[in-house]
Amino acid sequence: MATTLHTPANVAELADLLRQASATGQTASVTGGGTKAALGRPVVPDLDIHLDAFAGVVSFEPEEMVLVAGAATRMARIEALLAEANQMLAFEPPDWATMWGAPARRATLGGTVACNLSGSRRIKAGAARDHLLGLDGVTGAGEVFKAGGRVVKNVTGYDLCKLFAGSFGTLAVATRLVLRTVPRPEVAETLVFASADDASGIDLLGQAAASPMEPSGLAHLPAGIGGMRLARTLVRLEGTPVSVAARVASLGRLGKLIQRLDGPGAAPLWADLGTGALVAEGGGDLWRLSLPPSGGAGAAAQIAAAIPGARHVFDWAGGLIWLAVPAAAPGYATVMQAASIRAAVGDHGGGHATLVRASAEVRGTVAPFAPEDAGLALLAARVKQAFDPSAVLEPGRMVAGR
Amino acid sequence: MLMPDPDQKILDRRADIVEALRRIVPGNGVIAERAGMSVYECDGLTAYRQMPLVVVLPETVEQVSDVLRYCTAEGLKVVPRGAGTSLSGGALPLADGVVLGMSRFDRIHNIDYANRCITAGPGVTNLALTKAVEGAGFYYAPDPSSQIACTIGGNVAENSGGVHCLKYGLTTNNLLGLQMVLMDGTVVRLGGSHLDAGGYDLLGVVTGSEGLLGVVTEVTVRILPRPPAARALLIGFPTAVAAGTCVGRIMASGIVPAGMEMMDRPAIHAAEAFCHPGYPLDVEALLIVELDGPVEEVDELVGRVEAIATATGASLVRASRDEAERMAFWAGRKAAFPAVGRIAPDYYCMDGTIPRGRLPEVLEGIAELSKKYGLACANVFHAGDGNLHPLVLYDANALGQLERAEAFGSDILRLCVAVGGVLTGEHGVGVEKRDLMPEMFSDVDLGIQLRLKSAFDPLGLLNPGKVFPLLHACAEMGRVHVHGGATRFPELPRF
Repeated sequence: MATTLHTPANVAELADLLRQASATGQTASVTGGGTKAALGRPVVPDLDIHLDAFAGVVSFEPEEMVLVAGAATRMARIEALLAEANQMLAFEPPDWATMWGAPARRATLGGTVACNLSGSRRIKAGAARDHLLGLDGVTGAGEVFKAGGRVVKNVTGYDLCKLFAGSFGTLAVATRLVLRTVPRPEVAETLVFASADDASGIDLLGQAAASPMEPSGLAHLPAGIGGMRLARTLVRLEGTPVSVAARVASLGRLGKLIQRLDGPGAAPLWADLGTGALVAEGGGDLWRLSLPPSGGAGAAAQIAAAIPGARHVFDWAGGLIWLAVPAAAPGYATVMQAASIRAAVGDHGGGHATLVRASAEVRGTVAPFAPEDAGLALLAARVKQAFDPSAVLEPGRMVAGR
Repeated sequence: MLMPDPDQKILDRRADIVEALRRIVPGNGVIAERAGMSVYECDGLTAYRQMPLVVVLPETVEQVSDVLRYCTAEGLKVVPRGAGTSLSGGALPLADGVVLGMSRFDRIHNIDYANRCITAGPGVTNLALTKAVEGAGFYYAPDPSSQIACTIGGNVAENSGGVHCLKYGLTTNNLLGLQMVLMDGTVVRLGGSHLDAGGYDLLGVVTGSEGLLGVVTEVTVRILPRPPAARALLIGFPTAVAAGTCVGRIMASGIVPAGMEMMDRPAIHAAEAFCHPGYPLDVEALLIVELDGPVEEVDELVGRVEAIATATGASLVRASRDEAERMAFWAGRKAAFPAVGRIAPDYYCMDGTIPRGRLPEVLEGIAELSKKYGLACANVFHAGDGNLHPLVLYDANALGQLERAEAFGSDILRLCVAVGGVLTGEHGVGVEKRDLMPEMFSDVDLGIQLRLKSAFDPLGLLNPGKVFPLLHACAEMGRVHVHGGATRFPELPRF
């Protein structure tokens, strides 16, 4: 049966759609800007529900540092509005659309939060999960509900916001989200060090992270990345001019400083770190690995030895690896690739590896999200049931059969 | 306080249950005598006490798993417990329930400086985490006022904050991983020493779940390098409105203080009388603003805060010049609860959060309620994050005052919700605010939360009677009542 397009005009219509789908055993995908349709396992739903009607900023109170906006509000619109008040979203939301060659600046708030995205500032400021204060939504069963509130300090009931962030649309549809905003730093400066190799670069990042200088970006670019012949290690500092100058003086001594970039000068580089563009633009399948920072260099080396042609960059002081591997034929070759990538993470402190870009065939063959052990898988399945008992929403997007 | 009715059939089987638990946890790990169990009959919410069926203190994950599997098989309720410092009755026992104390999980397993995290048993105290790493220049940032006694397992259950959470986040923002046992005995690991979840963020859901979803057996949290400098400012204002404006301007200017606390006139006077910190007595509101970071940054921000304070009409601005003076500024604030305990026979501590900008009207509303109920109220306020602690003063021995204090308290929380705030900022719902949950959540909202509970604990055996209103809501609601300054943990500062 072909997928039918629906654009509910309001929460009641959205709830009706989902209630009917629940009752009739239909499935649904939910689309904001449509930029991340190729994320996760391929889904062919009965209904494609577009949230266009839920676009727009409901309120923004700069003094309270709280933004309330519809799920389909474009991030570009939100960022422009916050910038007028000299504020921003602290988690440095990246625009992943470009990863698939889609047009930039179309990603929405709902999609960004549902995927729990974050950029380089994650190490200091947290991810989307840490800034979502509340939401209004509809469960897969068509129940209209709210979670959280509009204040940062809130322990009233379960923190369902954490569950929504990173649920990739499989639990509930958010219609309106409440996010915390922060003032923009007055200045930023990025120190660029020359490093011999991954291990020494990540060692430098570790020293910066262990210093009380509060770096807001800690990345390492191996030689050859971004068209540069030498490996570079980046340390970003943000704050008032006096503070940044003092911290630059302190951390500038950590290694062989070859360049200092101001905020605007370094911004494109940090934006590319958020999207993996530094390795993604060379083509191939794209992975995003999260692991303990000290395991980063070893895991990357193990992968490089197992997969010829693999390219990587490090963010999060070594704890995030963007990895591009040559696209292999779906089947045995890709399954073996995935296994060696996940083994490298397991051998270097544990964590998870997500396949964020590959052909639909590969995404249907290789589990794009890290497989869970039996106990956790059962628990996650029951959580899914609690929100979406008839498995209407994005069936199989994260895990086959769920 | 209405709790689920004890099951007589379980009470009748007590001897068998004790014996079975002794087989799982040998030695002195099962406490069944009244004298021994009386330690566990309440937590920090002393208004409610209940002898448990039996107390079990396992030492290993396998024992926790076996105890829970046994309790599931026997249909026994379980109340998990850390140090028992909860202010909302989260660890209040049940007559027909097993108290599962995690105090023996008190070892630090691993300090990982390379990844800036520490792994410990849930029974390790919050402060012990910092003590374990401070020699290397690190600390664990969330610092609830009970940190010398409260445990990291309890902090996870309550999503504890502390003065420093304004800048460094709550437990949920500092937690990397945990091991947990489900009610059916399944052991699961969530997270690790990496960031973010590969699948659903169950770590985020378990944090702050008040012991209703699982029993935490191991915790990994990140540690931070200690800032080189910290200074505090003491700022007095002629009106609460001016103080509130100052707080908003400080935050909007981009400064994130390490802590920002406000006291109103009754609280200032009580604190000054109690420990003479040198607070001004001619102001309506007092702010303590702490800044930390590199020396140059702290000195610069102190200057900026001074300028904002002066521009918003502060009548007094003093910046600490040394560590002794910084500590002196804090002394009165940290003694605010016992200080209030001196000026009235009893007080009752509330915990709501409001949008910062609504503070003046909420203080006005509280003042009106104070007149209506004929009871005084002192207010202390984690101003940066809008978390308000009104202390309602009353005399339990005076006829009707207790009931008036409780009604006053409920009205304050309703006011918090009405202005866009929430019922509890950091003390938890527990049994205390359980029956107020419908003020914030619809039946549908609560139904979804209960289904989530069932995903973890299908039989509803883990900590029943907490967080969610019982089917037959009870008009009577629990409170943190303090008589004659006698709190359950008098040695703990509470702020």
